[in-house]
Amino acid sequence: MSQNRVDEYRRKFVTALGGVAAAATVAPGFFLREAQAAGEVPTRSLDQAVTSEKRWGMLIDITKLTDGGAGMVEACKKEHGWDNNPLSRDDQKAHWARVVNVKDKLTGHSFSLPVMCQHCENPPCVDVCPTGASMKRADGIVQVNKHICIGCRYCMMACPYKARSFVHEPLTDQRSYSPRGMGTVESCNMCIHRIDEGRLPACVEAAPDAVIFGDLNDPNSAVSQALKAMGGKQIRADLNLNTGVRYHGI
Amino acid sequence: MASQSIIFRETKQGKGFYILLAVLGAFLALGALSFFHAEHHGHHVTGMNNQIVWGLPHVFAIFLIVAASGALNVGSIGTVFGKKIYQPMGRLSALLAISLLVGGLIVLVLDLGHADRLIIAMTHYNFKSIFAWNIILYNGFLVLSAIYIWTMMDRKAKGFYKPAGVAAFTWRLILTTGTGSIFGFLVSRDFYNSAVMAPLFIVMSFVFGLAVFILVLHFTYKWTGRELGDKVMNRLRYLLAVFIAGVLLMELARHLTGLYISQRIGVETFILRDGGIYTQLFWVVQILLGSILPLSLIFCRKLKDNRLALLLAAGFAILGGFAQLYVILIGGQAYPLTLFPGAEVSSDYFDGAINGYTPSVWEIMLGVGGVALALVMVTIGVKVLRFLPESLSDAVADPHSK
Repeated sequence: MSQNRVDEYRRKFVTALGGVAAAATVAPGFFLREAQAAGEVPTRSLDQAVTSEKRWGMLIDITKLTDGGAGMVEACKKEHGWDNNPLSRDDQKAHWARVVNVKDKLTGHSFSLPVMCQHCENPPCVDVCPTGASMKRADGIVQVNKHICIGCRYCMMACPYKARSFVHEPLTDQRSYSPRGMGTVESCNMCIHRIDEGRLPACVEAAPDAVIFGDLNDPNSAVSQALKAMGGKQIRADLNLNTGVRYHGI
Repeated sequence: MASQSIIFRETKQGKGFYILLAVLGAFLALGALSFFHAEHHGHHVTGMNNQIVWGLPHVFAIFLIVAASGALNVGSIGTVFGKKIYQPMGRLSALLAISLLVGGLIVLVLDLGHADRLIIAMTHYNFKSIFAWNIILYNGFLVLSAIYIWTMMDRKAKGFYKPAGVAAFTWRLILTTGTGSIFGFLVSRDFYNSAVMAPLFIVMSFVFGLAVFILVLHFTYKWTGRELGDKVMNRLRYLLAVFIAGVLLMELARHLTGLYISQRIGVETFILRDGGIYTQLFWVVQILLGSILPLSLIFCRKLKDNRLALLLAAGFAILGGFAQLYVILIGGQAYPLTLFPGAEVSSDYFDGAINGYTPSVWEIMLGVGGVALALVMVTIGVKVLRFLPESLSDAVADPHSK
């Protein structure tokens, strides 16, 4: 309860400060709109709570990715600064996203794709977390609340996609909008700071021709339309996790 | 409760007591040093990584936690199932259970990325998490075991002896179910996600707990000059054999199931045939040294009433149990996650590769520190309170009871 009050206070404070209130009166709800080929993210007014009306997701067309998604991974690195682990061994370094090369053993068919948190509707990492630090926001974004993560790594045991990293060393030069912490677990958060500002995630911006981002709950959104037309496969669909990240061409 | 002739006494003041405490204290200090080192520098000083996220500390911790619930069995057999010969050992059984659990939990907690946030683990609960349930189960186990000890030590509380024993026994079965389910509930890992993990861990706890109990009982009696007869020890001897056979049966069912389901053949053949150190640990240490050898030592006719053979059997059962947990924990993580069944995968982040793990000295120190803490608690416990019968000789232990 008290946390809600703090949030409420903060929202009011920010609203008053930034003069956002005026804009909100003109167009309550979505008063800014960023529309691109890669999808769209309507800006949420700061006094509006995140609801489950929306569910963010993306479709990655790997047939249009010339680099297998390496550019997307680089953009993610740059945005969140997770490649800054000088003391860690290679197997200890953080990876919020990576390019995976796949080759079918029988047919020899091969492809590459970027793999990051798949933002499951039923995330195993959220189920197993003892404190609730591993959480799914109402709009479908799965992330870690680093304030209450105790660093037990059970979520890393549970994730089918190896999407999570544990921070093995003290950190410097952090991004103010994407704080990390030694001894806590972290992963792709769909650039939640960007989404809240009405911007597209960094990886989507880096590959606008191959990725469509948007609201999976809105049948008219670009991503929903594309999924309806092209289909969109899940990695490990057999686990029935209903992922928010879908692929075309795998 | 116990036979009339059973008298409980604290162990005597002596040089040996302080020497033992000093030795254990040294290991405790090393454990503390290890914690502060990793806490200050981060986990990059350990052998654990983002593939093998649970390492040697977890093997130690889970061994101690599983052994804790098993150590209580000796008391439970006396209280719940009314076997009189076990009843005099009930107090030590519950003390050992508490000590092993605290030793295991301290390793688990001090390995956390944020051990300083233990209070959060106690105040923020996600009730869908078996880990959160385990926190409640561990705390409840400590409380119930303490109450159980109280009903055995305080004549006024004697009326609660049976209910307390039944409650502690029931709770411990649920607790080990919870510990096994930490692995059983992992949907994405073919080596773990199975309901058999819960009963497997229960039978494992019978073995680990009893083996530790046998060693602790023998050495406390030997070092304090008390008499410990073969009647008692032979009961424990054959019980250990039954439990070891039980684990073998569960393991057989688990691995056969894995070999039958084609989705799991990859990880099964890795563990059973191609896994290098894990395969060796499984066949040589867990099965041969940890199961077949103790069974042979127990059932060899020439070694009947041979105390050394029993102690070796218990020691090898512990070694085998440790190897078993190492194979389950580390071996299970060493095998890569399956992202695309039937395909070869590769990346710059160890996809499709067998994950490497070499424990650091810090992890060994932390784990051994937990063992030392458990033993310190037992050593001090039997010194300050009346946990041990003065004698468990054949005449005193009442061998003709049921």
